[in-house]
Amino acid sequence: MAKLDFPVGPQHPALKEPENLRFSVDGELVVDADIRIGYVHRSIERSCSERNFVQDLYLCERVCGICSNAHTQNYCQAVEAIAGVEIPERAQWIRMIMHEFERIHSHLLWLGVAGHEIGFESLFMYVWRDREVIQDILEMVSGNRGHYAMTMLGGVRYDIAPEMVTKIREGLAFLRQRAEYYADIATSEQTFLERTSGVGVVSGETCVQLGAVGPVLRASGVAFDVRRTFPYLQYDKVEFPVRTSELCDVLGRTLVRVQEVIDACDICTQCLDMMPEGDVNMRFPRKVPEGEAVARIEAQRGEVIYYVRSNGTDVPERVKIRTPTLANLPASLEMVKGGYIADIPIAFASIDPCFSCADRMVELNDVSSGDSRTMTWAELVKLSRRKS
Amino acid sequence: MLNGLVKWARGKSPWVCHLNCGSCNGCDIEIVAALMPRFDLERFGVLLEGSPRHADVLMTTGPVTRQIRDRVIRVYDQVAEPKFVVAVGTCGVSGAPFYPGYNVLGGVDSVIPVDMYVPGCPARPDAIAYGVLKLLGTLDPKADALVKEIESRRDTTGLVYTPSEMAEMRQANETSLGQTAARS
Repeated sequence: MAKLDFPVGPQHPALKEPENLRFSVDGELVVDADIRIGYVHRSIERSCSERNFVQDLYLCERVCGICSNAHTQNYCQAVEAIAGVEIPERAQWIRMIMHEFERIHSHLLWLGVAGHEIGFESLFMYVWRDREVIQDILEMVSGNRGHYAMTMLGGVRYDIAPEMVTKIREGLAFLRQRAEYYADIATSEQTFLERTSGVGVVSGETCVQLGAVGPVLRASGVAFDVRRTFPYLQYDKVEFPVRTSELCDVLGRTLVRVQEVIDACDICTQCLDMMPEGDVNMRFPRKVPEGEAVARIEAQRGEVIYYVRSNGTDVPERVKIRTPTLANLPASLEMVKGGYIADIPIAFASIDPCFSCADRMVELNDVSSGDSRTMTWAELVKLSRRKS
Repeated sequence: MLNGLVKWARGKSPWVCHLNCGSCNGCDIEIVAALMPRFDLERFGVLLEGSPRHADVLMTTGPVTRQIRDRVIRVYDQVAEPKFVVAVGTCGVSGAPFYPGYNVLGGVDSVIPVDMYVPGCPARPDAIAYGVLKLLGTLDPKADALVKEIESRRDTTGLVYTPSEMAEMRQANETSLGQTAARS
């Protein structure tokens, strides 16, 4: 039978974000898949080198509306490393708590979307109802439901007051119990198992070769978690397991994420217990000394890498962002290949794609020839016009 | 008579098509959150529809990037008349903080006309619900009564802006910016 090519997107009911996917199908089977991204490219990296370090904090936060805290935290870690600043200990614990709160909110969001993609609408509604609990906690702590602006250079903006702690503990206990219930659903509900088991299979070896990160990698049996491998903040002091699954399919990714919600609740509780009293922020110099730094953290979707280079002024020379979705995209294309057309949405959604994160400009240079170049503003505008 | 029926149906059940013009996902998840059990926009008959051809209201999020510009216009053209556009989020209002990047053209109204602005970063689900309801108020007297009731119960200043209010505010902004420039 002849192959049929069909495009999906940029605006499509199954896609929450603009991206263009091309599939080659042979009957019901997907033979080949390709992706074109760049619709959400907002020239963030370039804008970063035109604004000062404090302004960049807010710009980096808006790389993504779901893992916004991970981005600011990572950026702050890189800048603080260049400046050689050690932030107060209480601030480190609060950063960890925010980090885990965000993991809970993002994984629950993903679970709801996964339910929607497989047509399990009641799961979608239930999960999103429970997600409001963590949204309320986030709003109570930071003052906003998204883009918390909690992390700042030299610490965190707000302290967690004692009366908040009681509410947080109550909320976490509730969420932990709900997450256990969802883990039970994911392993016992026939509707869920039929749609997720054996769908979007990608082996651990392929994942490593394609550079996949986060839950996608862990669900293929590779125990890699930046929090454990390269501990940052106070992660070496808390206890948590690195969740893996040998299933390599959508079910495995679901289980890893749901179990991480349970773990995140436990980490938050440990943080609240171990958090010392003290200052939550400190004065941070406006000008950052010359130097460069790379910071890596385990965001909910995987490893985020920030590279910041400073030239001694208050404006960074270069900010480079590597997001987990960009790393997971090649693996996601492998997942849909060989599967059914009807499984494309859930297989693709199983990497928890976020194209506002992924739309960075990547240019491949041949390192051996020593070829590298810097693009000017005019060249960037020209390229942007040509690509649109 | 048919026209009356169509108008009644539109006011009772507007179908919303969500279009991401380059948003960071913050507002997108808040739109979905507005449809969830807690805020439940669906009790006003609002339904999230995938195809712009079946939709009455186009809900856009984010600034307009150069890549998406032509697609936004095409999707806008596909929406059946009479169509309404709700720009959700501060990016949709002015493009900030991404403006003026080399790939960002600014707010949604630089490309297509906008009927309701819902600022906020991200816009709150209750503000989105209120914005849609206020838009419905222009079609359906019952929705208008509900809007009046909400306004009597809580302070709604700054939650949403109509195009005329937005124009006024921009004018005021420009005047004050001009004064600042003249002083310095």
